Amino acid sequence: MTGWQALFYKEVLRFWKVSFQTVAAPVLTAVLYMLIFGHVLQGQVKVYEQVSYTAFLVPGLVMMSVLQNAFANSSSSLIQSKIMGNLVFVLLTPLSHWSWFFAYVGSSVTRGLAVGAGVFIVTSWFADLSFVAPVWILVFAVLGAAMLGALGLIAGLWAEKFDQMAAFQNFVIMPMTFLSGVFYSIHSLPAFWQQVSHLNPFFYMIDGFRYGFFGVSDVSPWLSVSIVGSALVVVSAVAIHLLRIGYKIRG
Amino acid sequence: MPAISFQSVSKTFASARGPLQALDQVSFDIEEGEFFGLLGPNGAGKTTLISILAGLSRPTSGHVKVMGSDVQSDYANARRQLGVVPQELVFDPFFNVREALRFQSGYFGVRHNDAWIDELLDSLGLADKAQANMRQLSGGMKRRVLVAQALVHKPRVIVLDEPTAGVDVELRQTLWQFIAKLNKQGHTVLLTTHYLEEAEALCGRIAMLKQGRVVALDRTSALLKSASSNVLRFKVDAELPKSLSDKARITGRIVQFPAHDAAEIEQYLAAVREAGLQAEDVEIRKADLEDVFLDVMAGEAR
Repeated sequence: MTGWQALFYKEVLRFWKVSFQTVAAPVLTAVLYMLIFGHVLQGQVKVYEQVSYTAFLVPGLVMMSVLQNAFANSSSSLIQSKIMGNLVFVLLTPLSHWSWFFAYVGSSVTRGLAVGAGVFIVTSWFADLSFVAPVWILVFAVLGAAMLGALGLIAGLWAEKFDQMAAFQNFVIMPMTFLSGVFYSIHSLPAFWQQVSHLNPFFYMIDGFRYGFFGVSDVSPWLSVSIVGSALVVVSAVAIHLLRIGYKIRG
Repeated sequence: MPAISFQSVSKTFASARGPLQALDQVSFDIEEGEFFGLLGPNGAGKTTLISILAGLSRPTSGHVKVMGSDVQSDYANARRQLGVVPQELVFDPFFNVREALRFQSGYFGVRHNDAWIDELLDSLGLADKAQANMRQLSGGMKRRVLVAQALVHKPRVIVLDEPTAGVDVELRQTLWQFIAKLNKQGHTVLLTTHYLEEAEALCGRIAMLKQGRVVALDRTSALLKSASSNVLRFKVDAELPKSLSDKARITGRIVQFPAHDAAEIEQYLAAVREAGLQAEDVEIRKADLEDVFLDVMAGEAR
């Protein structure tokens, strides 16, 4: 086991030991969304022909859970370790900034996919789903989780207090996920808000992910994958740079 | 090659009241196998210096090397040689003792380390706590785990930052026996402590820091010789006249005068009698490290 694998394994075990809170709880939340929105809007909203609203909602909820939990994993681990002071155990080791990055982002992807799989298994019960392009499903899930894991790493390094972290989560992550087309197609929005949605990288993650199921989407999956991939590269570069200079963790 | 080499290390912190110089051109070497003490009052810069050594903080200028590896440019090799016991009682509440040690070992790339982990647990009296969650341990037990975590990758150089602060007598004994054994096996030990009798008993050489500068650096025996060789100690019920109290160290009823010879001791006792006071429980003792420390910090020595 090389150093980064030990840190990766520690980070996975950290959320797995409290999986009732880190995996089961977000699955339940997604099921509640499913029940309420599915019940209220089924028959009222038709986004694509041949796709029921409930079926449309399933990939949106799965991806939203993947993204939120990937973010929550790296960010909460870092802020807790900083505040408890036990980040020192990692700071004292020869682990490089690359090792930190791969361990924290890798464990975030793991948690995102675990929660996403849980949400999928439970919500797919409510709808008839197709799997037109499974590779796209996997590609968008992994890229999206990695980007949010890296974003969580940045937020975890930056935040000094739990309320700063809550602000980041409530004022950046939540609006970006909710306004990304989880519950609706952005084509139903006024032109101005469609334009705004096109600036949100989360929109492309969900749109591309949904393409994998239904083979229809608002924009081409190739456009989505290039935008999500570029966003991942930019966010990762920032995260790796901050780790390299020891931003707020080495005085 | 020295085990640790501090080369003109300076550190300036930005603070609300302007820049604060925590370390000012600190330079000294610690040779392999030494048991070295770093002493100084609170705020002298001891922990800042150790943080720079451990890579937790970066110097504003200067260099630090561990076994020849620079702690910044070659941090991976430097940190592999270094085991640091942090001052704060920190722990990871998610894991038990053995898990914490296995992970720490893993971060250093050391696999299949359970034999050494068991030896550490035994030596530190933790064998029956291996499966206990970190949260369930008492403060003293957490401190022992910190020591074990610092040693899990078998570092050549061991740094202990106030390891016995708030620790009971039994643990202090266990800890010092273990550290002394490691030192005999060739490990270099750097210790900061507030317990001067510990430093006097354990450290072959001592550096004293004051306001970020090294103000004394010598063998412990030489430092002890440099102080006034004797101390006159007695108890008195009333306040001493100012001319006397200026020269004395007063702790409640206890009065202590540094004195070089018998004549000086007689002079002090006579002065106390002339002031109409009664000196009780009079004793004369050899100066210890605390006397040297206070002399140095008062700026009197050399």
